[in-house]
Amino acid sequence: MTQHKNKRSGTRPVLLLVAGLAGLGTTILMLLAGVDVRLLNPKGVIADQQLWLMLFSFFLIMTIAVPTLFVLYSFAWKYRESNTNAPYDPVSRTGKFSVATMWVLPTIFMILLALVMWPATQRLEPKKTIAADGKPPLTVQVVAMRWKWLFIYPEQNIATVNYVHIPVDRSIQFELTADEVSMSSFWVPHLGGQLYAMTGHVNTLNLVASEPGQYPGSTAEINGAGFAGMKFTVQASSTEDFNRWVQDMKTSSDMLDASEYNKLLKPSENHPKVLYSAADPGLYSKLLMKYTGSQKHKIEHHEAGH
Amino acid sequence: MKELLLGKLDGQALPHEWFTILGSITFILATIATIILITRLKRWKWLWNEWLTSVDPKKIGIMYFIVGGFMLVRGGIDAIMIWLQQAISVDGSQGYLSADHFQQVFTAHGNIMVFFVAMAFIFGLINYIVPLQIGARDLASPFLNTLGFWLYVGGVVMVNMFFLLGGEYAATGWLAVAPLSGKEFSPGVGVDYWIWSLQISGVGTTLAAINFIMTILKMRAPGMTLWKMPLFTWGSLCSMLMAVTVFPLLTATLFLMFFDRYLGMHFFTTSGGGNPMMYTNLIWMWGHPEVYILMLPAFGAFSEIVSTFSRKSIASYTSNVLGMIGVSVFALSVWLHHFFTMGASANVNAFFGVMTMVIAIPTAVLFFSWIATMYKGRIRYDTPMLWFLGFVAIFTIGGIAGLLLAIPPVDFQLHNSLFLVAHFHSNVIGGVLFGIFAGLAYWFPKISGYRLNERIGRYAFWSWIVGFLMAFVPMYILGLMGATRRLDHYDSSTGWQPFYVMSLMGGIIIMVGVALQLVQIVASFMQKRRLHDSTGDPWNGRTLEWAVTSPPPSYNFTVIPEVSSRDAFWKMKQHGLRRPVYEDIRMPRNTGSGIYISIFAFLVGFGFVWEIIWLVVVSLIAIIGFVIARTFDEDIEYTLTAAEVEKLELAREKKNHAHYAHGRVDAEDMGLREFVVTVIKWVLDVIKNRRWRTW
Amino acid sequence: MVAHKQMDHEEAANDRVMFGFWVYLMTDLLMFAVLFAVYAVLKDSTAGGPAGRDLFRLPLALQETLLLLTSSFTCGLGMIAARQGNKRQVLGWFGATFILGLAFLSLELIEFAEIIHEGYTWQTSAFLSAFFSLVGTHGLHITFGLLWMAITLWFVVKRGLTNNMVRKLALLSLFWHFLDIVWIFIFTIVYLGAFV
Repeated sequence: MTQHKNKRSGTRPVLLLVAGLAGLGTTILMLLAGVDVRLLNPKGVIADQQLWLMLFSFFLIMTIAVPTLFVLYSFAWKYRESNTNAPYDPVSRTGKFSVATMWVLPTIFMILLALVMWPATQRLEPKKTIAADGKPPLTVQVVAMRWKWLFIYPEQNIATVNYVHIPVDRSIQFELTADEVSMSSFWVPHLGGQLYAMTGHVNTLNLVASEPGQYPGSTAEINGAGFAGMKFTVQASSTEDFNRWVQDMKTSSDMLDASEYNKLLKPSENHPKVLYSAADPGLYSKLLMKYTGSQKHKIEHHEAGH
Repeated sequence: MKELLLGKLDGQALPHEWFTILGSITFILATIATIILITRLKRWKWLWNEWLTSVDPKKIGIMYFIVGGFMLVRGGIDAIMIWLQQAISVDGSQGYLSADHFQQVFTAHGNIMVFFVAMAFIFGLINYIVPLQIGARDLASPFLNTLGFWLYVGGVVMVNMFFLLGGEYAATGWLAVAPLSGKEFSPGVGVDYWIWSLQISGVGTTLAAINFIMTILKMRAPGMTLWKMPLFTWGSLCSMLMAVTVFPLLTATLFLMFFDRYLGMHFFTTSGGGNPMMYTNLIWMWGHPEVYILMLPAFGAFSEIVSTFSRKSIASYTSNVLGMIGVSVFALSVWLHHFFTMGASANVNAFFGVMTMVIAIPTAVLFFSWIATMYKGRIRYDTPMLWFLGFVAIFTIGGIAGLLLAIPPVDFQLHNSLFLVAHFHSNVIGGVLFGIFAGLAYWFPKISGYRLNERIGRYAFWSWIVGFLMAFVPMYILGLMGATRRLDHYDSSTGWQPFYVMSLMGGIIIMVGVALQLVQIVASFMQKRRLHDSTGDPWNGRTLEWAVTSPPPSYNFTVIPEVSSRDAFWKMKQHGLRRPVYEDIRMPRNTGSGIYISIFAFLVGFGFVWEIIWLVVVSLIAIIGFVIARTFDEDIEYTLTAAEVEKLELAREKKNHAHYAHGRVDAEDMGLREFVVTVIKWVLDVIKNRRWRTW
Repeated sequence: MVAHKQMDHEEAANDRVMFGFWVYLMTDLLMFAVLFAVYAVLKDSTAGGPAGRDLFRLPLALQETLLLLTSSFTCGLGMIAARQGNKRQVLGWFGATFILGLAFLSLELIEFAEIIHEGYTWQTSAFLSAFFSLVGTHGLHITFGLLWMAITLWFVVKRGLTNNMVRKLALLSLFWHFLDIVWIFIFTIVYLGAFV
């Protein structure tokens, strides 16, 4: 509790800490080599904009956070007891100007952040379709089940389980709902943020892929024992390859009729990919009506560009 | 007939999995060992009269610490289990826990840490310190105090009950979101245990919060206006005002969930017109303010610690208080940020995003006030101040992450990822837990009469810092890599495993830190004569709690002081402390009614979990009976005459001198090596001389 | 608040208890607020079953309201008598309050029994769950209030109208008036609201 102890223990732990942090940082950077940091690796315009927003906000916040911490730790060092050179005043004399700064400075920063955030939130609203070369969005109906994802292409009249093939540079409008499962969250990190799929509701999520590739998807909300295995793959390809795939699908022997659908409803984990050549056209609205009764369900389309 | 008597209880409910058997054996052995120990020491009457039925907030505070401490260990074991599972369950391996069991473990971890550890420690501190700080002898209602504590204990028993009967806890996440927590998707008793452990302890919390508010607003020493109160008391007041506002929301929501599961109602079901999204809204309307309820007393404690250890009055007291009030008020308006991804429109999301950002403003003001206090101070770095420095870094990291999460489009990518998990742990551990550690280190001398071993305290602090960074920085990265929370297995192709392993290593270092804290307490006890606090004011403190002896007498003050400024004790010291005067003191009697009511409250919950109706009815009648007996009992106080007070005070002074005469203040505190050697010597001595015969 | 020494010990205790009870009433009000909010959200979720206008009988609801309002009035008169120290009148007026409260409860139980008899329970739809929970919780509070009243009156008989008893009656009447106010909201939002 006396001064000599402070001196001895003051600098050494701090130096050790700095060394440790450097070590931790280096280890992490080494581990990150050759690894896909999905959020920092956007493959579509939505994910791209979300990343940009995150980085911009991060740097904006740092411009106030870093100086504040720097000042705090500098004071912690300068005004330590063993530093007899530093001035000492036992009474706090914070003037009106300092107090005003205390309140005004963070307020200004938050206003700046909010001014960036609000229009960005409106622009990146999931149900807004993305203008992409004037092409209309491709609709894919998505049904979360225990513990798999069912995809129905109403226009092409095909269906898949745990696999969705999309053309690049075209807005894909995912219409998310769920059947006999609790709230699930549809997420393809490379293409954009997630949105909940819930029974009796349709949530519309618009995503776009800008390059061909295979992108992993999953549910980001726990929904039972098979939660971790509820993964799917998004295959993005050129429009010609996509059309060819649709044609190939028509030759598949599996059909998604009512009895096949009921089989899917039974709980299963780590469900393999399934391809259906045809899907019962009224299936989606029928499963919705199970929950909403006779109420008609309107799906809003926002034609505004981004 | 059997169903009438036992409800849904049958042989299947008895433990038959490895973890329920292990847990049951642990609890049963621990209980038996405790019973044997108390019997041998012939301390049953003492335990009952001095501690269990006590209405003294100091004793109740200590009991909160003890029970909370045990639950910290239990929650920490859960954490290690989670880390271990996620470090090894790659590709084909399912790890050592099934998916369902793993989900129960993290659910229990969250519930225990928030409800039964953090709340307990905060309530313990408020109970002990606030009456001393405002110059009161007790809380406004001693009965509500003991009742609140024992209801909390009822919740603790309930959350651990499944080990013995039932075998499963909720597997839904700590807030049991609907419809996953409904009967359709969670048919077992797990969620029912969840409901009743939270409901019983939640009622205890509400009663305690009412009590604290009554105390702070009605029982301050004469002259202590609101704007002269210490900042820890202010933080506690703001926290408790939030608590009485939002805990009723939790009570109501839990009842609705109970109605759904037990009576087949349709509040949150997927059929019959139920609305699961409404549950999400209701539970987070409680859930978000809850974390600020935990944080505000910690803010208050830090303010006092910075001021005392900088040897300077707090800078801009008014802004500090307005900052805490601002945080409390705004905390009530941000709940939707927990579910931006549920599908609200852009304007709704943006509004709640802005409100969330607004909270950063009063928080920043608090930080600036601390910086301004340190300016031109003369800072000594005893352990409480070290915890403050650690808090600043880690809480800020969490705060930055939180601001990012407050932006809806960004949240769409980060929601439910490990980035989120790292964020809230940064704020809860860096903020609440470090605040509790700092507060405990700061007030420990007052509570026990001797200060904590500084050396081992420093080792523990650094362990925590290193461990925390190693455990949670990888988690932020995992979130950016797209790793979702609560996964019980994943593919190696994701590249996540090395980070999970690093996180586990950090977790183990944290456990070392916890162990060192336990060692610190034992080592301090071993050296308590040398570390003795003879003046009651080891830190040259500024507020009233330092004006009394360490530990304080049961009546706190011989005479209620008159207050004329902030930092009341500092003022008193400058003007010279006066000779004590004695007067008659009215003291509340001990009572067992808190215990009895809580036992039957527990049985009500237990009866509902297992659908044993007669038990519910009988227990409700018993509760009503005890409440009537207590509220119509007129003989609940006794008087300590001035002469008796004087005798007690002189005896204390004599004991104090005896300690002081033996103490050496200048040598260094015991280090780890000396501790281990001392323990080994003691164990050998016990074995060689068979000392257990004379205990 | 500040002049602690001027109030004697009992006065200070009284002041604290009254204040604390107000805080408790606010928490109870918040719990009811949740039930009201839930009712508002689920009001139209009838799942093909009956809505409020199909089930509620306004004349009955009006009767219940008048009974409860009158009981609040008699309760107020009882409190005046208590502060005047008039034990006989206290027993009389609070006794009347008890009987009126009991009548209210009976009518409410009859209403519930009729709805259930028609085949509609709290399991039928979210709307009915919300209705039974909101009105039922209020009824449960009334029941506890009646129990509290009976026991307090019994103690008044046994111990007389001491200061402590007067304080207990004051808390009880606060509780009773509070329940009356909640009922006004129920009558307006649930019963009248069903026909708007």
